[in-house]
Parts: sequence; C-alpha cells; structure tokens
Amino acid sequence: MLFLRRTLPLIIAFVMGVIGILCFYIPHSAAESLELELTKWDRIVAAFALVLGIYSLMRLHWTRVRRQNPGWGYSFLVFVGFAIMTLFAIYNDGQGPLNPQEIDTGPFVWMYNNVQVPADATMFSILAFFIASAAYRTFRARTPEAAILLVSAIIVMIGRVPIGAAIYHALPDLAQWMMDVPNLAAKRGILLGVSLGAVATALRIIFGIERSYLGGGEE
Amino acid sequence: MRYCFLFLALLFGAAPIHAQQPTGVEAIDTPNDSGGSITVTWARAELPDGAVYKLAVGESEHGPFHPINRSEVNLQSTDPGTFGHGDETHHRVFAKITEYADLADPSNRLPIENGKTYYVRVNAQLPSGETLPFAIASATASENFFNWSKGNNFVIGTVFSLIILGGIILAQKRDLFIRRIAGLEALDEALGRATEMGKPVLFAHGLHPMGSVSTIAAINVLSRVANRTAEFNTELRVANNDPIVMAVSREVVKESYLNAGRPDAYSEDMVFMVATEQFSYAAALDGMMVRDRPATNILMGYFYAESLLLAETGASIGAIQIAGTDSYTQLPFFITTCDYTLMGEELYAASAYLSREPKLLGSLKGQDIGKAVLLIAMILGTLLATVFDFDTLTHVFSAD
Repeated sequence: MLFLRRTLPLIIAFVMGVIGILCFYIPHSAAESLELELTKWDRIVAAFALVLGIYSLMRLHWTRVRRQNPGWGYSFLVFVGFAIMTLFAIYNDGQGPLNPQEIDTGPFVWMYNNVQVPADATMFSILAFFIASAAYRTFRARTPEAAILLVSAIIVMIGRVPIGAAIYHALPDLAQWMMDVPNLAAKRGILLGVSLGAVATALRIIFGIERSYLGGGEE
Repeated sequence: MRYCFLFLALLFGAAPIHAQQPTGVEAIDTPNDSGGSITVTWARAELPDGAVYKLAVGESEHGPFHPINRSEVNLQSTDPGTFGHGDETHHRVFAKITEYADLADPSNRLPIENGKTYYVRVNAQLPSGETLPFAIASATASENFFNWSKGNNFVIGTVFSLIILGGIILAQKRDLFIRRIAGLEALDEALGRATEMGKPVLFAHGLHPMGSVSTIAAINVLSRVANRTAEFNTELRVANNDPIVMAVSREVVKESYLNAGRPDAYSEDMVFMVATEQFSYAAALDGMMVRDRPATNILMGYFYAESLLLAETGASIGAIQIAGTDSYTQLPFFITTCDYTLMGEELYAASAYLSREPKLLGSLKGQDIGKAVLLIAMILGTLLATVFDFDTLTHVFSAD
C-alpha cells in the first residue's frame, strides 16, 4: 500500500520529469513521438477528470438546492444552463452528436455568443470599478512608499492620455521612461527569481525531495 | 581605341553580372531538427530590384531539378541559434528546404526524405527573365540527437541544478539562514483567526493546469494548510477551475487529514469544482465569499484578470487574505488588496519554508546562490558590452 501511495508516484514523477527535460533538448523524431504520446495520455486523464469535475459541480449545487442555502436559486440555474447546453450540443445544429461539433452556427453557438460572452464581458468590466476602489485605498499617501506609488501612478496614468501631453509636453516620455526603466527592472527581477524558483521546485519534485503534493510531506 | 572601349564595356558590363552570381554555395543537413530538411547557404550579393534567387532540388547532380516555390531567403544573422553570432553571418544568406514541387504535378509537394542525398541548384533571375549561371551543392537530411541551439540553456540549467543540489547537501550538514517571509509567518495566524471566528477558510487555485509550476507550488501550500485546518478543526473549502487540479487537491487534502489523525473530519465536498471559464470562476467565487463570508482567503497559483475581482471582494467582506502568484502582471493587484502577498519565487518557497525541512531549505539556499551568480553575470555582461563592446557574455545567456 505504501508502495502505491508513495513510491510509485515518486517513480512516475521522476521518470516523467526526466523524459520532459530530455525531450526539450532532443529534436529526434523518437523524442517527438514520445512527447506526443504523453500528451495524448494527458488528454485521456483530463477526460476522466472532467467527469469527476462535472460530478463535483453538480453535487455542490445539488446540495445547495436541497438544503435551500442562501442563493440556492443560482444553483438551480446551473442545472438549467447545463441541461440546455447539453441538449444543444447533442442537437449540434441538426447534425446530431456523432458528427463534429458545429462551431459557427446553431443554438449552442448562439447561446455561447449571446449569454456566456456578454456575461464574461460584464464581469470583466466590473474590474474597472474594482481598480478604482483598490486604487483609492492604496493611493492614500500614509507612508513614503505609498506616496511614491501615488506619484508614479499619477504620472503614468496622465502620461498615457492626450491631456497629459497638453499639461506638460514631457509627461508621456516620463511615463514611458517609468515603464521602461524602473518598472521593467522590477519585473525582470521578479522573473529572474521565478525562473530559478521554477528550476528548484522542478528539481525538488523530480528527485522526490518535495513530497507535499502527495499529501503528507515527509514519511 | 576601339579595343579600349571594348575592354571598358567588358569591365563595367560584366562585373555586376559576376557579383549577382551565387558564390560560396554550400548545402548542409539542417542542424538541431528532427530531419526532413536541408539548408543551403551562399554569399550575400546585391541584386538589382526585382531580381530573385531561384532554388531547385534534384536527386541527381545532372537533374531533373524540381523548383521550390516557397523558399524564404534570409541573412544567417537572423538565425543565431543555428549560425552563431559572428560577423560572417551578416555576409551570408540561407534558405531552409523541406519540400519541393513534383514535376508531373506542380501543385503536389514532395517532402525531403531522411538519408537521401539531394542536389540544390541556386541561381539568380534578373527582372528581364535572364537567368545567371548556377551553382550546385549537395546534402543529406538526417535526424539530430541534440539541439545545439539550446546548448547554453543545457549547460546553465545543469550548473544551476548542481548549485541547488549542493545547497541541499550543505543544508543537511549545517543550519542555514533563510530570510523571514511575512506571508507565510502569518498563515497560522490567519487560520487561527478562522478557527476563533468559527468561519471557513477558502483556498482558491489559480487558472493554470496541473503541469504549471505555480499550481504545483499551490498544491504544496494547500497540503500544509490542510494539515493545520485538520489540527485546528477548521472548515476548509478548496475551489478549483481545473478538474485534474481538483482531483489532485482532493487527494492531497485527504492525505493531510489522514496524517493529522483527523480522517473523520475530511469530506469530499471540501474540494469542489467551481467553473472552467475564467469569469464564471470569478463570479462563482465572489458569490461564495459574499454569502459564506470566510474568515480567511488563500489565493494561490497563476491568476489573470480575475485576481482583483477575487481579492477586492475578499477585502470587502473583511477576510484576512494571503495571496501567492508568479504572475507579475497581477502582483500589484494582490499587493494592494491582500494582507500578505507571496511574490514570485516566495510561492515556490512556501512549502519548504513551512515545513522547515533541511533538504527543502537547502534548495532555497541553492536558489539564492544561483541568483547571485546570475546578478554577477548581468553586471559583468553589461560592463563588457557597454564599455568594451564585447557582447559574448550576453550571447551566452541568450535564448537563441
């Protein structure tokens, strides 16, 4: 049992990790085929996991509906939406489920374009208000760092709109300099750490040093 | 006098024609590929407007030659991964050939086969339609076992791996100093607060799938969080947007509860699927935060535009928020709205930091040494390139 729970996953992680690294450097067709094969396995695993995901989603919302938790009506809508989209996917614009899915016309595409896309756009547009409220909280110059942030943000924001150049002709250049020099330097510093961190994390997992993803840390 | 004119006419008339002829034509197997391609190179020449190079491939030196209609001729300096960074790359051009036209049916394309020798004919065609003398070179396509254009990446990756492994070995022999990470120090406090308030802890994954390092790091943090919530007997809710991440998270939480001696406290409903679409995920999580009002929000992984939607909603309900991401575009949003933020590599270091396990801490030390080496190389490279116009060190760290 310990072999199945600990040793086997560690062996799989090691073998797959080494294969992944080797495939990156080997252009031979055998390496390409192996990589393609593993991608197919990944898709098969993902297909099974998707069933688990749908089951989990349904179970979550069914529990809410059954217990009539606050907002249970939204959970009911999940079932309605799921049923409608499943039926439209099977209908497939009159071509049935055995033909490739129609991606240009039909009720499934119509629902996606006229319900899902506007709903997504609505959520995305809310972001503008959230940015404003977050900026209001953060830009209060209570500390020197917050004051620097406030001044930088004002220069960059005003420098990016036509009125910036009207106020002072060098403002757009100053805004661009702030993006290209201090901002880029900070960004590259983070990227440097992220890249090395990714290498270290990959090594820890490949060599079985990091075992938290197995659930229990050290044995 | 007549002979003098004839001499001048020959001199000035013939010279441009010779300049337009392809010289130094060489054909090679295209390096660093899986075969099915040959590359032909020749010296760069100034052609009159409208003149083009014509390439043709034959299986024999004497023909027949099959035209190549879609060959792209570039300077070698445009592909430093294959031809290097030398000055000579500015004076030679190359064309990569992967297929040629079938003479019987020109619309049919025949692929370059591995192991077969091909003869490439190169000549220039003037706008008048006149074709200049040609040159022929031969090559055999084959599969390569190592991509030498990634050679520097391999060497640097190996050196950093050895430094990190060295750090791990060093950590087993003596104690190492690891700087304090406020976000991780506050984790126990945040979980304790949820316990005291009798409210749940919400753990939300980012949008990247299981193959992403940030997701693996988030899973590692989840394992430690689940261990603590099991010990504190606090309700944990783990939201996912990827079914595989959900399946792995479920196993991780289950194991953590088992290891904490609280298997009875684990329920499959603790780890659930929310939505696979980005904004559906954000909307559903926002709804959960507003309705269930968790005391602690932990946002870990790679986030996109939904980061602020989640963090700002969390801030509005008064939850303690700890976020961790390696997405530098979203870091400012988390920093402004969350109580603690793990920036970039701190997310990867979280598991090692929380466990205090020497081997894991050693890898962090190795990572720091690697960073110092890179910083020295950057400063040295900048100095050499700027002051001495010596850019070799820059190329060593270049991706192509």
